Amino acid sequence: MTSMFKHFETKLTSAGLVEKGAALFGFLDARLEWNHPDREAEKLGVLFQNLNINSLLFAQPAEPYATIINYLALTEGEAIQPRDCETRTFLHDLPIAPDPDPARLEFLLKRRKGVIVPHYGIITTGTVSIEQAYVTFSSFCFACFVKFFGDYLRDVRRGNTSAQQKAAYEKASAGLRPLGTDNVALLPGPFHTEAEVLQAMEEAGRQVVAHGLVDSYFGNISCLLGTVLYISQTGSSLDHLGGCIDPCPLDDSSCAGLTASSELSAHMRIIAETGARTILHGHPPFAVILSMDCEVEDCDCAGTCHLKCPHTRMVCGTPIVAGEVGTGPHGLCHTVPKVIREGTGAIVYGHGLFTIGQKDFNVPFQRLLAVENACRREYFKRVST
Amino acid sequence: MYGWCGRIARIDLTSGKWEVETPPAALLKDFIGGRGLGVHYLAPFITRSWDDPAMPLLLFTGPLVGTAAPTSGRMAVVSRSPLTGTVSDASVGGSLGTALKRAGLDGLIITGKSPGMCGIEITDRQILIHDATPLSGKGTAFVTEVLKKKGAVAVSGPAAENRVLYANIMVDGHFAAGRNGLGLVFAEKNIKYITVQGKGRPLVKDQVMLKEACKDVLRLVAASPALSGRLGIANFGTGALYDLMDARRMMPTRNFKKTRFIHAADLNAHAYRQQYAPENSGCSGCHIRCKKQARDGRPLPEFETMSHFSALLENRQMEAVMEANRICNDLGMDTISAAATLACHAEIIGRTLEPDEILDLLTAIGTGRDTGKMLGQGSARYARACNRPEASMAVKNLELSAYDPRGAYGMALAFAVSNRGACHLRAYPIGHEILRKPVATDRFSFEGKARIIKISEDLNAVVDALTACKFVFFAASLEEYAKIFEAVTGMATSAQDLLQVGERIVYLERILNAANGFGIEDDDLPQRFFQSQGDALPIDRRAFLKARTDYYIVRGLDHQGRPTKEKATALGLDFHKSGAEPGAKQDDSLYDFNV
Repeated sequence: MTSMFKHFETKLTSAGLVEKGAALFGFLDARLEWNHPDREAEKLGVLFQNLNINSLLFAQPAEPYATIINYLALTEGEAIQPRDCETRTFLHDLPIAPDPDPARLEFLLKRRKGVIVPHYGIITTGTVSIEQAYVTFSSFCFACFVKFFGDYLRDVRRGNTSAQQKAAYEKASAGLRPLGTDNVALLPGPFHTEAEVLQAMEEAGRQVVAHGLVDSYFGNISCLLGTVLYISQTGSSLDHLGGCIDPCPLDDSSCAGLTASSELSAHMRIIAETGARTILHGHPPFAVILSMDCEVEDCDCAGTCHLKCPHTRMVCGTPIVAGEVGTGPHGLCHTVPKVIREGTGAIVYGHGLFTIGQKDFNVPFQRLLAVENACRREYFKRVST
Repeated sequence: MYGWCGRIARIDLTSGKWEVETPPAALLKDFIGGRGLGVHYLAPFITRSWDDPAMPLLLFTGPLVGTAAPTSGRMAVVSRSPLTGTVSDASVGGSLGTALKRAGLDGLIITGKSPGMCGIEITDRQILIHDATPLSGKGTAFVTEVLKKKGAVAVSGPAAENRVLYANIMVDGHFAAGRNGLGLVFAEKNIKYITVQGKGRPLVKDQVMLKEACKDVLRLVAASPALSGRLGIANFGTGALYDLMDARRMMPTRNFKKTRFIHAADLNAHAYRQQYAPENSGCSGCHIRCKKQARDGRPLPEFETMSHFSALLENRQMEAVMEANRICNDLGMDTISAAATLACHAEIIGRTLEPDEILDLLTAIGTGRDTGKMLGQGSARYARACNRPEASMAVKNLELSAYDPRGAYGMALAFAVSNRGACHLRAYPIGHEILRKPVATDRFSFEGKARIIKISEDLNAVVDALTACKFVFFAASLEEYAKIFEAVTGMATSAQDLLQVGERIVYLERILNAANGFGIEDDDLPQRFFQSQGDALPIDRRAFLKARTDYYIVRGLDHQGRPTKEKATALGLDFHKSGAEPGAKQDDSLYDFNV
């Protein structure tokens, strides 16, 4: 278990979610193990006795997440309710406990995968692996980030920001990671062998994560070689794609890609519609925030924008469309392929950004980065005007 | 009462009388329905022989059945297994569960033995017992066709009448209550069929909340590659797993002597689609519609059947697999056990069976003639009778399904400790070890698997109590189903509360098995998996035994795998009353049925 603890500690710190050494992981099989001695372990260990879980993560998030999450936890009542795709699909809401009272934590963790205690930290659990606890922690941070900055922009426009909110905003903004640089040269295509494709995908995946363009195990990547689409597996981390890429024949003659990304259908359709050979999909936060920033009032689809928005809005030259994860009637596989083009990409409302290339991952990566950087600049421009 | 009907019918076939009782609210809270209620009502009788007229045959729905809750149209059939001697339950789809609920009943407790072959006909709270002698010996397809105007139909086939120990109850012709021989218990009571129809609807406490909760599940199902993806089971049926098992080198081949079938690519789900152009169908109340049906009306085989009737028997003919599936369904017997018993037979006689031979032997089993009489008692009894016990790939006499445990160690542990024998559905670790849901685990490691398997067993037990479909839990979780349960019943609950119900059910089953002498020696895999053989690396026996010991600790059992009074009390179970009088394992030698 030591190597597993280290793996996820490293992921948390390298993603800027937690300061080094601040994450406490507990894992219970026949015996309870912690990643390091910690005075909170005894208190939190009680949760293993009363919940059918096998893993737990406790950490105070690093800045700017700490400021953001503490602000939201103190102002949102019993639960934070972000409207981004990750929350809507997997988390529902983010419960808040006023203090780390074990009985209260147990009550809330019986219902949800995680709980926020302001100025204390986030506690998340898993029933299979500490990866679940890590994914939930990461998703909490992402969801709060998107909600915080999205709400602030809305409130600025309405002229009703509070002093507390403004202070949190100033502090959080100051703690943002620097803008990503686009001087990354990825393996040049076209690719002729499976080995080249896998190498290129792994490299591109690592860069997408390293530049903060996707969190935890979300996002996906694909590359067409002949009549086979190579695509990242569902629940894989883009920075650890070794052994996690499925070859999927375009004619569906094998179902071995049953473990492929939930966006396999979208990737297949994008290829069919555009002739692209490489696709990247990340969840860059400011692109997601601006995708939800709509000034249309009295709209018929208010509250269901992620499903039914009939408009193809634009931000920073990139179209925004509705669409949910997967293949349902409102699935993004029906909307993204219609608008995506090389050089533009497409943003899915509250979800993330797809970009495409013709021969390798240089163009889609640079586009992913450029759109996010442009959206970030645009965000602060909108706030200041 | 919301969700439940509050009515359970007790039918005594010996006297032909029936009455209705109301289950106590506390019982519903503790065991919910389906497998939970079935095991509760089975407990006092568990040490009786499966063919004792007092042994109940229990059919229970759950509180979500008949509501808008996704994938919740199933029901559980429970009794003591003739094949394994363990407590036994089968989750079955089709329309029977929904029909029973609409007829105003949560379940049936059937005891006694009818003096002649009978049919039980239920229509809106009325129960009639009919003479079914004219249907004796008829196949399930014929009987279902004859009776389909009477609503949902559950039938035992000729295999049950000929005392095949892995006889199924077939629902609506295509849906099997399978694996443990409950069709034989059905036939032992002289039941040929049960039909059910009704016009009622269960009351739902909060329709708005239910609608919201259903949306959450539907969203997750749409996001699930395994369910709704381009290559998922909604599109290809469970046969979608076939290529994956091949790709992971864990397709049981030649009676588990190998893990790779070189012809697999020619017999995958895509090939079936090309050959038979199937249409979608499915269970009542389910939108996934994973059942696939050929244009000629024959159902496409499920993954387990596809795999065992091809790779396990080294059969390359797709049409033979289709026919094997049809024959098993019509005769009413479990496809997994039938194929695995034939594979055991092939190993013992030292040659591969020809496709026609497979089909002939299946017919011989189901009709109780020649070698079929012995093969109908399952691979374990057959192999022992042939002095070749090592040729049976079974746990607790139940044949392993189509996942080679050398390719997934959680599955290895789950097969071994399962309460009903080598069943993949007790803990279903394929979710995380192969399908990467909810997250991926290392399939070649036992690390952490003891508690994972324990929690997964609890999860699947409560899913069987809710009588939802396990497949939906590749996408959704109890977090979403707790909200659905609360919306339907009005009873506040949580994911963890539901898991505890599952834990209570599994522990009670363990108590009942212990009452019949089951213990550590039964929680084991065939030795083949620990020895170098064929193309698969063996499982490290020491690591396996450590994982089993850890499982006992996590499950709250003693070091011999026996339940403890302390744990039983903590779960609200009466340790002494649950198992009635101490019993014994069934005789593992061949039965002499004189058939």
